[in-house]
Amino acid sequence: MKKHLLSAADLTRDDAELVLRTAEEMRSLADRPIKKLPALRGRTVVNLFFEDSTRTRISFEAAAKRLSADVINFSAKGSSLSKGESLKDTALTLEAMGCDAVVIRHGASGAPHRLANSGWVRASVVNAGDGTHEHPTQALLDAFTLCRHLGKSHLGPGNGGDLDGRRIAIVGDVLHSRVARSNALLLHTLGAEVTLVAPPTLLPVGIDSWPVETSYDLDGVLPKADAVMMLRVQRERMDGGFFPTAREYSRRYGLDGRRMATLQDHTIVMHPGPMVRGMEITADVADSDRSVIVEQVSNGVAVRMAVLYLLLGGSEPAVGTTETALVEPVEPVETPLAEEAHA
Amino acid sequence: MTSYLIKGARIPSTGSDHRPGEEHADVLVQEGRVALDGDWDESDHEVVDASGLILLPGLVDLHTHLREPGREDAETVLTGTQAAAMGGFTAVHAMANTDPVADTAGVVEQVWRLGREAGYCDVYPVGAVTVGLAGRQLAELGAMADSAARVRVFSDDGHCVDDAVLMRRALEYVKAFDGVVAQHAQEPRLTENAQMNEGELSGRLGLGGWPAVAEEAVIARDCLLAAHVGSRLHVCHVSTAGSVELIRQAKASGWNVTAEVTPHHLLLTDDLAASYDPIYKVNPPLRTAADTEALRAGLADGTIDVVATDHAPHPHEDKDCEWAAAAFGMLGLETALSVVQETMVDPGLLSWSEVAERMSYAPARIGRVADHGRPIEDGAPANIVLYDPSGRRVVEASESVSLSRNTPYAGMELPGRVVATFLHGRPTVLDGKLC
Repeated sequence: MKKHLLSAADLTRDDAELVLRTAEEMRSLADRPIKKLPALRGRTVVNLFFEDSTRTRISFEAAAKRLSADVINFSAKGSSLSKGESLKDTALTLEAMGCDAVVIRHGASGAPHRLANSGWVRASVVNAGDGTHEHPTQALLDAFTLCRHLGKSHLGPGNGGDLDGRRIAIVGDVLHSRVARSNALLLHTLGAEVTLVAPPTLLPVGIDSWPVETSYDLDGVLPKADAVMMLRVQRERMDGGFFPTAREYSRRYGLDGRRMATLQDHTIVMHPGPMVRGMEITADVADSDRSVIVEQVSNGVAVRMAVLYLLLGGSEPAVGTTETALVEPVEPVETPLAEEAHA
Repeated sequence: MTSYLIKGARIPSTGSDHRPGEEHADVLVQEGRVALDGDWDESDHEVVDASGLILLPGLVDLHTHLREPGREDAETVLTGTQAAAMGGFTAVHAMANTDPVADTAGVVEQVWRLGREAGYCDVYPVGAVTVGLAGRQLAELGAMADSAARVRVFSDDGHCVDDAVLMRRALEYVKAFDGVVAQHAQEPRLTENAQMNEGELSGRLGLGGWPAVAEEAVIARDCLLAAHVGSRLHVCHVSTAGSVELIRQAKASGWNVTAEVTPHHLLLTDDLAASYDPIYKVNPPLRTAADTEALRAGLADGTIDVVATDHAPHPHEDKDCEWAAAAFGMLGLETALSVVQETMVDPGLLSWSEVAERMSYAPARIGRVADHGRPIEDGAPANIVLYDPSGRRVVEASESVSLSRNTPYAGMELPGRVVATFLHGRPTVLDGKLC
């Protein structure tokens, strides 16, 4: 894997499958009495959140803590960020304190790229959502969830061909969705056939060149889908005139009980959250057996553990085969990757 | 006043071929004028060996941001005109988006006077079309025209005069003093939150798109308005293939429309935005390779009349940040001629005499500037530049004499260099160094 995770495009198929396999190991931790590994002991992970986000920040925090990393949370409200300190000065401060990974959420597309490539910090940078650009760990956790439900391999996610030929419909505000961008890239990398469904006003210009199908017709896409991923539609988009009314949007692009009835038996329903119930998804769908929305959240922790481990730790198995590995002191694993990270 | 004998320079013939058959000449710069064909004694003058160099009329920029008054941390009239001199310019038009805005006779006279005191370029202030660039009420255009600064070019550059009635009135009103409205063509509603050229890449990068149609729609409307009221229209920084075609049609219809292209739109393309490095953030945005090709073709066939730099200095912190937070604009004065050589002359699209037309004669005509943009002939004002087209150099941002460092060409290899610039017979640059 590369030193940073800025875009789902940074991941080759091998990289992505390694993350998914590692995440499966991490997930098995949840069944143990002590849900903690020493893998990143002595490492510092900073959660740098310029935008409000509860679930992503908590997910990264839990992931880092379960790997025994020291976690520093730095969010916009009540910090120097709200006093107009620049991204650069914040980065220099973090660098001076010595951190190994920066998990950044920022309202400006490309802010993680700037952080990673401007020479301000030496740490690994993980994009936790930037503007309307990307949210690669969300795509990884979605892929992980998809593999667990649709996977063909008995060995678990990441063991080859899980998503080959699977049809994934991503529905909603693609134009402003970093989740859609990352998922389109990653799911294509993993062999899935992605269809983006949205009104024409909410599809980006140039989408013809993306490795996906597009459709304006949700009803035509649903019966063939193996999974349906609903995107949040922010109510302020209505003011932008992207569609006439919330009601018309729901009628044409919302997932309700009637539409759910047209799905295949095995088809799952996903949502990255937070949901706008009654807008893009009705309560009966969100709470149905098909919905894996809550599972997505718990998988998020495992996937983010895998990402942090692989970026900071190394290539050796994270989870020991014996319980003793969990309590014995473990030296930080120095790998060529880790050395490069500090070069 | 020291006189200079420039020996053996190549003078590109003017359209009418004032010295047919003779390429190389000695030129005497004395008492603010040039003389040709003399029998001069070298010991009487400072001799400048110009063998292998090209002698061009001093360049005239129709579009420069000098930032003074208001943003003296980015540029001052002194440093901006020094950068201009280093680029071979002897006259610059200073855009109105200063603080306070150049929308009164007082401000334009201040800028004009600062230019005179600095002495590196003749500074021709551009007057704002509307009060405070706000697009609501015409500024006192007549007062600026009648001031010591003798303003002839009016522009709300940075903002579009998007109100059709206001634009019509401005076009009509400036006829009284032979002025021209230079439009920053950008339909505001179509470019809300716009960050880069709208296309496949903007969608992928998640950066707000600045669609070509937002420029072209305004240009089409303004051409029709200019034709309707019989006025002069100048279109700033044309950036799209569609705009070139619209202007081509307007000219074919006989309408009084002129246009400029920037060096960066001739050379750089939107794929640079994939770095998210705001050094490439500019308004209008860098476009596609097809657009740069159309712009070069339009400049070659005369559809686009002039190269104008849109030199836009910004302090370091306004570019050393995330893309969305960064300021629009890039430096251009010191590298303009090199970029034109790279994109137009070396590929055979323009001759050096056509470069003189696009970068000196035409902008001086459009700006109604008397002492500049004149062929190099006996008795002409000695506003001239010596240029060495041989060799290539790597652009170093730190070598700029501008107060700012936001050049998109840093680290890039470009051809040629300005050897000397003379303003009214006095060298502002000699041996490639500021005097």
